[in-house]
Amino acid sequence: MTLTEWLGTALVIAGVPFLLSGTLGLLRFPDVYTRLHALAKGDNVGLGLICVGLGIQSGSVTVALKLLLIWVLMLIASATGAGLIARTALARGLKPWGL
Amino acid sequence: MMSTDVHIVIVVILLLNIVVGLVRILRGPESADRMLAAEMFATSAVAIILILAVTTSSPALMDVALVFALLSALAVVTFVSRAWSALNPPQPPKHDGEEDGP
Amino acid sequence: MAPLASHAYDLLLAGALLWLAWQATHAADLFRSVISFIVFGLLMALAWIRLDAPDIALAEAAIGAGVTGALLLSALGRLTSAPAEKPAATRRWPGTIAVLALAATVLALLGAAAWQLPAPGLGDAVAGHMPRAGVDNPVTGVLLNFRAFDTLLEIGVLLLAVVAIWSLGPTPEPLVPAIPSPALPALGRMLWPMFVLATFYLLWRGTHAPGGAFQAGAVLGAGGILVILAGARPWLTGEDNGPWRWLLSLGVVTMLLAALSTTLIGQRFFEYPESAAAGVILVLEITAAISIAMLLFAAYLNGQPPARWRGYPHS
Repeated sequence: MTLTEWLGTALVIAGVPFLLSGTLGLLRFPDVYTRLHALAKGDNVGLGLICVGLGIQSGSVTVALKLLLIWVLMLIASATGAGLIARTALARGLKPWGL
Repeated sequence: MMSTDVHIVIVVILLLNIVVGLVRILRGPESADRMLAAEMFATSAVAIILILAVTTSSPALMDVALVFALLSALAVVTFVSRAWSALNPPQPPKHDGEEDGP
Repeated sequence: MAPLASHAYDLLLAGALLWLAWQATHAADLFRSVISFIVFGLLMALAWIRLDAPDIALAEAAIGAGVTGALLLSALGRLTSAPAEKPAATRRWPGTIAVLALAATVLALLGAAAWQLPAPGLGDAVAGHMPRAGVDNPVTGVLLNFRAFDTLLEIGVLLLAVVAIWSLGPTPEPLVPAIPSPALPALGRMLWPMFVLATFYLLWRGTHAPGGAFQAGAVLGAGGILVILAGARPWLTGEDNGPWRWLLSLGVVTMLLAALSTTLIGQRFFEYPESAAAGVILVLEITAAISIAMLLFAAYLNGQPPARWRGYPHS
């Protein structure tokens, strides 16, 4: 196995714990706001590391660019979604946990 | 090739991640919690599809992931603007604590 | 695939799909049903990928998980403005038994039908006719040439659905979130060009790889839904919704024209001349995609769009 393949696989493996911790937070955190916080880790870092790793592994610039595009789209969706949900939850009178 | 075996294990772990997360859909308690779980599943599913697309080098799967990524904003925006306001009207401030059991 | 891991994958996927199907049909809370259905679509796309059917996975991603989820959520928003009725908790055994018997009969009939399917499927028959299909992708060849009649009926069903929705009354008022967010218009501005680009990309892909009119139309329709939520208003206005009517029926009209003109030049219904097949399919793809996009968008509006959008508040 070449060095780039090792690096790619290592990055993909490194991304998985972030997605797992997203689910852990989703299940264990006490309210909407804290769960939003947990979720963003999976979207941003987890998927990002996986995309970078796969891009290195694929060895093709076009595939890497497409992976980058998919990651950016997921980032936009997750950031906007998190903002919308938090804003609406606050306006609807859901009090953040611990306050 | 060894790296493919590693990838299959990762794909199974990510699917398990989704299955475990289904508990949040069952429990709620807020509808937003359920929506968040669906968002989380979309991220995991996109990761699974991308890993499959690269390891089997099939560009068609990449397009499936692209469509998912493009449309993932749609559900949450519709939820916030259409469904959530009507589902249960705003209530006086309360603690959204975890509630176990029925 | 390593056998143990792939079996684990299949079992997890099938189990989760069954549980979600149960939740989607039986959850006491309607919102939980809708969310279960959306996640069901997501996992169903994974299942289609596992079954080596990227075409259907793409359609499932665009229509099943994307647009249908949005349609159900928006319908839910209208539904619950009326006080919810609690379903009676009592269980009626004769009814349950009748339903179970019916389900068992349908399952047996389906099983019998599946058993009698030709063993290698119709793949060889399609492959044999591909040289005169006019496209390289067998799925597009089947959808718009060999079985174009089915596609005509599918778009017809969508058109009938929109006719039924329009008959329910005008589009309800609040089109934007009750709590406005500056992120939403930015999201619409950022993503709309991507939606248009992806639509053309999927249309172009459809001639030689998975993609095509339904996927492209669904993506464009979803983009329309997103920008209307972001505060944009359709430029289609006018008395009696004239332009709407034309665009909504465009797909059915061009498909019917194609079918009838083949009979006029002495061919059979929907049998394109070999030399013209590629061009006819291209026109049908584009018009069908536009129509499907408008039909899904119109379905999302929950009613007949107004002649003027002035009264509808901008964000």
